[in-house]
Amino acid sequence: MNLSFNTLDSPSVDKVGIEDRIARVKARSIKKEAKIKGLKLALNMIDLTTLEGIDTENKVKQMCYKARHLHDVYADLPSVAAVCVYPNFVKTAVNELKGSAVKVASVATAFPSGHSSLNIKLEDTKIAVDSGADEVDMVISRGRFHKGDYGYVFDEIAAVKAACGKARLKVILETGELGNYDKVRKASDIAIYAGADFIKTSTGKIQPAATLPVTLVMLEAIKDYYYKTGKMIGMKPAGGISNAKLALHYLIMVKETLGNKWLTNKWFRFGASSLANDLLMQLMKQKTGVYQSTDYFSKD
Amino acid sequence: MTKRIDVLKTYKIFIDGKFPRTESGRYYTLSNNGKGIANICLSSRKDVRNAVVASRKAFGSWSGRSAYNRAQVLYRIAEMIEGRRDQFVAEIISMGGSKNAAENEVNNSIDRLIYYAGWCDKINQVFGAVNPVASSHFNFSLLEPMGVVGIIAPADYSLLGIVSAMLPALAAGNPVVVLASEQKPLCSVTLAEVLATSDVPSGVVNILTGNTSELIPHLSAHMDVNAIFYCKNNPKEINQIQLAAVDNLKRIVLSKNSDWNNSAHETPYYISDFMETKTTWHPIEQIAGSGSGY
Repeated sequence: MNLSFNTLDSPSVDKVGIEDRIARVKARSIKKEAKIKGLKLALNMIDLTTLEGIDTENKVKQMCYKARHLHDVYADLPSVAAVCVYPNFVKTAVNELKGSAVKVASVATAFPSGHSSLNIKLEDTKIAVDSGADEVDMVISRGRFHKGDYGYVFDEIAAVKAACGKARLKVILETGELGNYDKVRKASDIAIYAGADFIKTSTGKIQPAATLPVTLVMLEAIKDYYYKTGKMIGMKPAGGISNAKLALHYLIMVKETLGNKWLTNKWFRFGASSLANDLLMQLMKQKTGVYQSTDYFSKD
Repeated sequence: MTKRIDVLKTYKIFIDGKFPRTESGRYYTLSNNGKGIANICLSSRKDVRNAVVASRKAFGSWSGRSAYNRAQVLYRIAEMIEGRRDQFVAEIISMGGSKNAAENEVNNSIDRLIYYAGWCDKINQVFGAVNPVASSHFNFSLLEPMGVVGIIAPADYSLLGIVSAMLPALAAGNPVVVLASEQKPLCSVTLAEVLATSDVPSGVVNILTGNTSELIPHLSAHMDVNAIFYCKNNPKEINQIQLAAVDNLKRIVLSKNSDWNNSAHETPYYISDFMETKTTWHPIEQIAGSGSGY
């Protein structure tokens, strides 16, 4: 598809309208069977993540074990969608997850700041892909973006996409550093037109990370692109989504904005670590009728 | 001059250091001799859930501080009640009680706080031990706070009941979720206002009003509650608690004396009821028995 992209084409965002819609989403409540289905769906959309300076191979192995054995006493649980690690742990993760449906995602391109030269970023991406990563989570150059150097940001994403080969590319906008919804919309459009398979809110290192309104702005960008081209783009809010109720609000918003087609882990993900246990605790609450304690669930 | 209209107090619940209304929006009207006194929150299972979450969050900040400092905080509560003495007395009278009995109850409440404040940093001196062992180890046992304690306050008392019921667990270093007396709830809410200004960290004490028999199953089945202190004497409720508490082997403590003015309720054994013994084996050079090992 040969679409020309002009950054001036990005529409401005109706801030009041967005927040009003979020208020209505948050007023929704789903119960019983629908809730259980929603909780399981959310569990199946998680990218179980560890991106800390103190990560070690054993930490990654432990998380991969958790990804495969979420809570064995509960039969018929789905697995998480993927684990997300730094490039140097990709091999370990691939090895640990062999034979399972769980994918391996790697951050790349000088995560989390994105401050490095393009060739280093491409090399970073190649290391991840060559080690066997199914998905690459890149960060955009926010400094360049704020300077108005949109062409650079666009070309960089396109170059990383080319380096990804078969791996799916998630583009992190780091919305907490973008300032306002209009800039979030513009960055979303740049990422989508440059070849992103997914757009992602945050690295998790900056506050605020993912929020419902920012995610809605990005979903609208995906919707407009879909209407224009018929091509689906995935969405991944990341950071700060730690409880089941909030996760269900996200799912309601995705369903009402993009429709059922997006309600699968091929097109929607949560970047989170503590969310999994809260979902598991809610599922156990639904099953047993008793409020749960973290004492009885494995740590990631 | 027009007649002044009294400003009536809204009695709310106390969760995580804040005063929300119950999430359910329900209430009941407390009355004495057919005269309405106040509208009281009828808490729901979700309020119980929120209170337990707040308690769990507060566990570290309460159990982790020095026992000496916990004593200071409990003493501070006594000071603050002293300052509000007239309000507590008036509330007890309004719920049906003589002036003498009311004053006596407030006095006993303050004295009981002082009593338990004093025990905070002494409990391990009395209940901790260095144990003789037959190997070269320094072996000692200390009592540690056990976790979130759910408390069902006495039904027939107002201030003295809730104060006496929550003090042992607090002195031990546990955060508490208290179900206040359904019949005499006013002082519980006013006590929450005292706690909010007494250096008690938020979430350490959470107070819910409402129908206790509705809330007991949810509190005693909650997997994140480690013990229940039941201060009423309703065999049906006791049975309910015992059944629900089985899943995570909660400790259940039943109060043995229903006269809360009685000083039998001032005992360090109540504190040790809400503690776990931890025994440590520390390797040493000498074999015990061949001389002093420590």
